[in-house]
Amino acid sequence: MIPQAIISQLPILQVIVPLIAAPFCALLGGRNRAWALAFAVSLVTFAISAMLFASTLDGTVLSYQLGGWAPPIGIEYRVDALNAFVLLIVSGVGALTMLYARESVAYEIDERHHGLFYSAFVFCMTGLLGVTITGDAFNVFVFLEISSLSTYALVASGAKRDRRALTAAYNYLIMGTIGATFFVIGLGLLYMITGTLNMADLAHKLVEHGDSRTLRMGFAFIVVGFGLKLAMFPLHLWLPNAYTHAPSAVSAFVSATSTKVAVYLMLRFLFTVFGFSIPFEVDVLRTIVLPLALIGILAGSIVAVFQEDLKRLLAYSSISQIGYMLVGITLLTPGGLMASIIHLFNHAVAKAALFMVAGAYVMQAGTSTISDLRGVGRDMPFTTAAFVVGGLSLVGVPMTVGFISKWYLVQAALEQGWWPVAGLIVLSSLVAFAYVWRFVEAAYMYPTPDGVIRREAPLTMLIPMWIFAGSSIFFGLNASLTSAAASRAASGLIAASSLIWQ
Amino acid sequence: MPETLPEQVPNQLADLLIFIGGHYNYWMVIVLMMIGLYITISRGNLVKKIVGLNIFQTSVFMLYISMGKVAGGTAPIITGNPDEVYSNPLPHVLILTAIVVGISTTALALALVVRIREAFGTIEEDEILTIERDLEFPAQEASK
Repeated sequence: MIPQAIISQLPILQVIVPLIAAPFCALLGGRNRAWALAFAVSLVTFAISAMLFASTLDGTVLSYQLGGWAPPIGIEYRVDALNAFVLLIVSGVGALTMLYARESVAYEIDERHHGLFYSAFVFCMTGLLGVTITGDAFNVFVFLEISSLSTYALVASGAKRDRRALTAAYNYLIMGTIGATFFVIGLGLLYMITGTLNMADLAHKLVEHGDSRTLRMGFAFIVVGFGLKLAMFPLHLWLPNAYTHAPSAVSAFVSATSTKVAVYLMLRFLFTVFGFSIPFEVDVLRTIVLPLALIGILAGSIVAVFQEDLKRLLAYSSISQIGYMLVGITLLTPGGLMASIIHLFNHAVAKAALFMVAGAYVMQAGTSTISDLRGVGRDMPFTTAAFVVGGLSLVGVPMTVGFISKWYLVQAALEQGWWPVAGLIVLSSLVAFAYVWRFVEAAYMYPTPDGVIRREAPLTMLIPMWIFAGSSIFFGLNASLTSAAASRAASGLIAASSLIWQ
Repeated sequence: MPETLPEQVPNQLADLLIFIGGHYNYWMVIVLMMIGLYITISRGNLVKKIVGLNIFQTSVFMLYISMGKVAGGTAPIITGNPDEVYSNPLPHVLILTAIVVGISTTALALALVVRIREAFGTIEEDEILTIERDLEFPAQEASK
């Protein structure tokens, strides 16, 4: 059907198609043309990642050598079960958000900036896909900065609605750059030890190298750097403002993908590159990352309960959900990893739906403040119903995806005998119920304020919103597809590391 | 052996001095890194924060360039002489990329500062925070 010549080029096409298209979006300008190109490109990238996902289903690892240079010297793109899954999430969320963006962006951004906006959006997608697909550690830094720089610009473009978007973007820039620079320092130290930048080669040489202070410092710098990027608890300060003041389409896309890609990087470096060849790495995870993740889970949920703004509430809930993924990682068991990876997908789906709902409110009601949205459930029934579905998934109610990942996570924690951790996860779910209920109560139980007219969101916004809401029910009822992908990815990671697991 | 002691102490001191002097670049990396990070965190002026960030990034450039240096090596340009010793070119290339990234970050940050100045009328962090707090709680401002 598709020529073999193209199939073998898929890994590079995944990145190069959006990379080439992005400047053209800026050149095309006008509302519809730039959007049409961006949407077409996002569909193509989604098709490519679907094909990559399909071809890694049987456990094959695709390797693409850039410019024909063999791996340890040249840059290698490497697609295995884990990053094919993450690529599918990023490009899928990208395509659907692009559909959603048309109306939302027309409302929130000046028309003369549309070309630049879509250009930055496609660049952001390029960066995230590149980070995920590459097998070269320094290439990770370059793509990470492509995605981060465009995200800062995208967040700042929310300034038309609220000028606080500018300061949010500035703070994000400062913290994001410190994070990326920490990663480069860590990588420099690893390069000092091994003289290589290819991830597979790094892993091999680090095992031979054994323990040293340089390796420990490199490990610490890289963990803190990614901690900043993925908003690990005390390093999360950039997140709430950035998500709150960004344009709605950006909030939906970034919340669903960029922290998830950072979690993927954490997994990739911890397991594939470092591989726990020295006990120090396990100690850091167990004594530093685990407590911080647990505090993040609880603190994020509790702070979310007291938020006045719906988007800010969702942002704090993200911090708590990221904590779940980190706990799954620190368990260092196939079960915990699988819970982490499956939660990566489940949270992306649910959060994208929720931020899309918030964006629909911003557009149709002109506000995302909870008290101003009283009675909105009657005026915008389909939109609010999507919120209920997404919210239930955050809580982890059975028949939603949130339940599946929490179930696996609690099970994995109990397997290790970590009762308090399991208890805390359940407790945080109760707190999550409180913040979801706060909005649902305002939306359905209170009368509409006088003189407020709100109409249902347009169809191009409802469709992507409900695809996400629908899939958080569908994959909640039938988890075999996602859990198979997650467990394959988890066993791949464990096999690549030096962890011995019965 | 009391007579060997006085000789050993200057030896150790010399070793220490050689260690410190030999790693001169790396000491400077650490000093610059800390200065940069401190400025970024402590300054309230948004432009000064960016200056700090630049110093911080420069320290990383120095770290990479230092590790690529081969004692007695020349610039990595092919001369045809097989006995020529070259410095490692890879860190140089990496840092060229990192410099480009650093410049784009600085450009974007300065552009943001210009926009912040237009929107808030100040680039001092504490004044911006006061304005933002009033935006967040308009009722309190009215009751003042």
